[in-house]
Amino acid sequence: MAYFSQQLINAVTLGAIYGLIAIGYTMVYGIIGMINFAHGEVFMIGAFISLIGFMICSTLGIGSAPVAIILVLFMSMVFTAVYGWSIERLAYRPLRGSFKLAPLISAIGVSIVLQNYVQLAQGARFKPGGRIVEGGFNLFTADGFDVRVSWLQIVIVIVTVVLMAGFSLMIARTPLGRKQRACEQDMKMASLLGVDVDRTISLTFVMGAALAAVAGMLFLMYYGIIDFFIGFLAGIKAFTAAVLGGIGSLPGAMLGGLLIGVIEVFWAGYFSSEYKDVAAFSILILVLIFRPSGLLGKPEIEKV
Amino acid sequence: MPDAPILAVRGVMTFYGAIQALHGVDLEVARGEIVTMIGANGAGKSTLLMTICGNPRARAGAVLLDGEDITGLPTYKIVQRGVAQVPEGRRIFSHMSVFENLQMGATIVDPAHFHHDLDRVFAMFPRLAERRDQRGGTLSGGEQQMLAIGRALMSRPRLLLLDEPSLGLAPLVVKQIFEAIGRIAREEGVTIFLVEQNAYHALRLADRGYVLVNGRVRLSGPGKELLANAEVRSAYLEGGHA
Ligand SMILES: Nc1ncnc2c1ncn2[C@@H]1O[C@H](COP(=O)(O)OP(=O)(O)O)[C@@H](O)[C@H]1O
Ligand SMILES: [Mg+2]
Repeated sequence: MAYFSQQLINAVTLGAIYGLIAIGYTMVYGIIGMINFAHGEVFMIGAFISLIGFMICSTLGIGSAPVAIILVLFMSMVFTAVYGWSIERLAYRPLRGSFKLAPLISAIGVSIVLQNYVQLAQGARFKPGGRIVEGGFNLFTADGFDVRVSWLQIVIVIVTVVLMAGFSLMIARTPLGRKQRACEQDMKMASLLGVDVDRTISLTFVMGAALAAVAGMLFLMYYGIIDFFIGFLAGIKAFTAAVLGGIGSLPGAMLGGLLIGVIEVFWAGYFSSEYKDVAAFSILILVLIFRPSGLLGKPEIEKV
Repeated sequence: MPDAPILAVRGVMTFYGAIQALHGVDLEVARGEIVTMIGANGAGKSTLLMTICGNPRARAGAVLLDGEDITGLPTYKIVQRGVAQVPEGRRIFSHMSVFENLQMGATIVDPAHFHHDLDRVFAMFPRLAERRDQRGGTLSGGEQQMLAIGRALMSRPRLLLLDEPSLGLAPLVVKQIFEAIGRIAREEGVTIFLVEQNAYHALRLADRGYVLVNGRVRLSGPGKELLANAEVRSAYLEGGHA
C-alpha cells in the first residue's frame, strides 16, 4: 500500500510533465493536422535554457527559489517560444500545401539540427543543475515504509494544473482561442472573417513551445541532470500521451500524460526499469492499431 | 476616389493549377447597388467570389475596391477593408455555438460595437436569438444560412458577397432569405453582389445582372431585362421559379 502510494505520487509528477509537452503536440495537430516532430527538441532546449538561467541566477546571487524559478521560467518561455516560431516558419509554412509528409521530414531535419547544435554547444555529457527546491515531508508511514512528497513535486503539480486550467480557459473563452478553434475547423472560412491564419498558426506553435519550456524547466529541477538527448524520449512519450488521450484534444493530452506517467512509473516499480520505455512505445502501437482516435478524441471527422 | 465603383473586376483570369476557371471577367458594382450574377453549375461563380477575396489569386487582371487595387492582398486584409462573403455551403463553424459564430463574424470590428450589432442581427433573424447557445452544426439549412448572413453582417461590411444563398433550401425559406437580403441593402445600406443558379429570385431582386458561361461574361443588363431575355429564360428559368 505504501509502496503503491509512493509510486502513484511519482507517477502523477512525471505525468504532469508529459502532459505539458503533450499539449504542444495536440494544439499544433489540432490546427494544421500535422505532428510537430521537432517538439521534443523544443522541450530539450527549454531545459537547457533553464539550466543556463539557474546558473545566471546563482551567479547574480539570487538566493530565493521562487524568484529564481519565476525569472528562469520567463526567460525559458521567451527563448523557447522563438524556437517554436522559427520551426513553424522554416519547416512548416514553406511546405504548407505540399505533399503531406514533406513538413514531417523537414521537422525531423530541424529536430536533428537542434540536437546536434545543443550537443556541440553544450557538450554531449550529462549536465547537472536546477536542484534548487529541496526537501519535502512524510505523508504517512506504513509497512515500515515512508511515503514522501517533495516540495518540488507539489510545485510541479501546481504549476501544471494552473497552466492547464489557464490554457483551457484561454482556448474556450478568449478571442485568440476562438480564432484557433475556427482555424482548426475551417481555415478558409476563418480567413474570410478577417482572421490572419498564418499568425494564428504561428501563435499556436509559440504557445506549445512555451509550455514545453515549462516542462523542460520542471524536468531539469526534478531530475537535476539533462543532456542533449532528453528531447527524443520525452518527446515520444508525450506524443504517445497525446495520441492516447486523443490527438487534438486538450483534456485528452492531460489525461494521456497522466496515464503514460502512471504506466511508466509502475512498470519500472513493479517489473523492470529497463523496459519502462518499451511500455510507452507498446501503448503507442496498441492505441494506433485499436483506437487511433484515442480516449477522448472524436473519431476522424472530415475536414472541409 | 469617391466616383470609383465600390467593386470593379477587370480582365480577371483565375486558374486551378493548369485548369483555367475564369477567362477574363469584367464587371462593376456601384455603391448601394444590388448586382447579381447567374450561371450554371461550374460556370465559375464561386471562383469569382473567392478571387475577389484573394483566394485563389487572379493570375491576370485586377480586382479594385473603391478604385484601389486589392488583387495581391491576403484574404484577411481584403476582409478588413469591408468585404464580407457568405460562401457556398455556408461554412458554419459546426462545433461552435450560434453566439460564437457571430463573435467570429465580429473578428475585425471594435468590440464596443458588438452588442449593438448582435441586437440588429437578432432583430433581423429572431430564430438565431432563440438558438443562441445551440451548436451551429445542429441548425437546419435555413437557420444555417441566416447564421452565415448574420455572421457576415457582424463584420460591418460595405460590400457583401453572397454565394448561392438559396442552395438546398425550401421555397418558403428562399423567399425569407431574399427578403432579408433586400432589407440589408435598403435598410443597412450594404452593397450586394450575389451569385445564383436560382435566376428568378436573384434577378427580381437585383438592379443589374450578369450571366456567366464557362468563365466568361455572356450577357449583362438590368435585372428585369435579363429576366425577360429569351436565352436567360430557356437556360436558367426552366420551371425554376416559385
Ligand atoms: N478547388 C478546385 N480545384 C480545381 N478545379 C476547381 C476547383 N474549384 C472549382 N474548380 C473548377 O472550376 C470551375 C468553376 O467552378 P466554380 O467556381 O465552383 O463554379 P460555380 O460556382 O459557378 O458552380 C469548374 O470547372 C470547377 O470544376
Ligand atoms: Mg459555386
